[in-house]
Amino acid sequence: MKIVVCIKQVPDTNEVRLDPKTGTLIRDGVPSIINPDDKAGLEAALRLKDAYGAHVTVVTMGPPQAKIALQEAYAMGADRVILLTDRVFAGADTLATSTTIAAAIKKLDYDLVITGRQAIDGDTAQVGPQIAEHLGLPQISYVSDFENHGDYAVVKRVFEDGFQKIKVGYPCLITTLSEMNEARYMNIRGILDANRVLEIETWQFSDIDADIEEMGLKGSPTKVKKSFTKGAKQAGKVLEGTPKELAVAIVDKLHEKFII
Amino acid sequence: MNQKDYSGVLVFAEQRSGEIQNVSLELLGKGRKIADELGASLMAVLPGKDMKKHSRLLIEYGADQVVLIEDDSLSIYMTEPYTQAVVQTIETYKPEVVLFGATSIGRDLAPRVSARIRTGLTADCTSLDVSEDKMLLMTRPAFGGNIMATIVCPDHRPQMSTVRPGVMTKMERDASRVGEVIESDWKPERNTQWVEVLSFEQETDEKQDIQEATVLISGGRGVGSAENFGVLYDLADELGGMVSASRAAVDSGWMDHERQVGQTGKTVRPNLYFACGISGAIQHVAGMEEADFIVAVNKDKNAKIFEVADLGIVGDVHKIIPLLTEEIKKINESKKVK
Repeated sequence: MKIVVCIKQVPDTNEVRLDPKTGTLIRDGVPSIINPDDKAGLEAALRLKDAYGAHVTVVTMGPPQAKIALQEAYAMGADRVILLTDRVFAGADTLATSTTIAAAIKKLDYDLVITGRQAIDGDTAQVGPQIAEHLGLPQISYVSDFENHGDYAVVKRVFEDGFQKIKVGYPCLITTLSEMNEARYMNIRGILDANRVLEIETWQFSDIDADIEEMGLKGSPTKVKKSFTKGAKQAGKVLEGTPKELAVAIVDKLHEKFII
Repeated sequence: MNQKDYSGVLVFAEQRSGEIQNVSLELLGKGRKIADELGASLMAVLPGKDMKKHSRLLIEYGADQVVLIEDDSLSIYMTEPYTQAVVQTIETYKPEVVLFGATSIGRDLAPRVSARIRTGLTADCTSLDVSEDKMLLMTRPAFGGNIMATIVCPDHRPQMSTVRPGVMTKMERDASRVGEVIESDWKPERNTQWVEVLSFEQETDEKQDIQEATVLISGGRGVGSAENFGVLYDLADELGGMVSASRAAVDSGWMDHERQVGQTGKTVRPNLYFACGISGAIQHVAGMEEADFIVAVNKDKNAKIFEVADLGIVGDVHKIIPLLTEEIKKINESKKVK
């Protein structure tokens, strides 16, 4: 079985803090991590490798420093790691990103493609399904369990109100939830190899078959018109009164905020 | 592509087990406003099985036309037949705007559709507006809600977005509204992207994760006992949320550790967080301060929790919460879709 896992290097948003005066993000010194949903996908692939002897290739698109995420993936047990990096890939929205990554995957052999459900910096959940479309693969998103049955898989697909069990043939693409598993740590030999002997394969635009008009900022149908912070949090109103008055005050506020 | 060929707003009407989802009615409310600003019509597409009786509901909530697509392959959600059905509708009617609910169905379907027709898609929007030059302005949170970004799709049509449930307001239901139901002749094309759904199981609250909840009703030492958490469960039921707790309540044995919010528990970011009888120790606040809206109820008007609350209520949890539950129950009953 050949598996391709797509990962993204993201700032650990749990560590991102807002400047209380300006309301802007303080990103200095914020560590970069493998996106949690993607790490669960990598772990799922490595478990298939442990059980059935799969070959696991990990692909990421990003700036040169994203190779640190690939070193970690290698030290966890991936067999091959590929960095897609080129100035023409920069500024991509989800459609352009998925087009680039799909073009790279087309160069590889695969039975199963795994992406995380969504990245914690963008929260779009769009790139996985869009890669599946570009590759013409069936997609199962929001996966919390995966069973290999030889020439097909049975996966658990989570909804807000329950879950489906879905039978899907190979090749296919799944998007994984971080709660799917507990990712392993890097092994010592892997860490040493990643630092000493691992040469990260670096692919540029010229290494994939794609239309340059569909790459990066130029190939992105959506554009950011403006971005802004919600501002630093202020303490809200504190109300006193009879229980009835207070209950009504809460209802009014929830109405105003469109919560009820 | 000629942008002038594209006109009108299309809303994906999501059904589960034959029931139209509330988010789709909310999208019709917003879609109606956008269509009016664009001087265009509002269409809903309803894929499903035996849904004809529900198509009228979409008109009463704002649609001018409903495209009804019925087939066995559409009775429960599956990516490929739904993608085919929605893509055919877009290609036939060429809307300039297409809206989906940002549910686990909408967020699976919309990116697939956008990639098939090669247009832009903005995820999980919390605000939609029309610019002076009639472009859709799609605003969404990023970085866990720390940053808001307004996105446009200038050169591709349709402009598509998924929209967070509970943010838009639906119209008052109007039984006298006039509209047209168009029965589609769509037939599925079975291809290699087909999958087989073996089973569907409803999941009980017990197995869910408080980090996934959009509403959390959280209790602390001030709740007093495990039995007293009953009123919090009643409120959570009315708001479609879950019950969680502070460390003090967990250590007292009133709640499982799985439900603990805070530094030694879980970090949560619901749309609404109720802190009931929680003093607001810094370890607790670290786990919930990112919630979109925080209501704190505490007897002690100097409680630290009021410093992070958007709304602070000085009073007795056991008196206020049951009254609040009653009020919300009344509202929910009056809103129920028949």
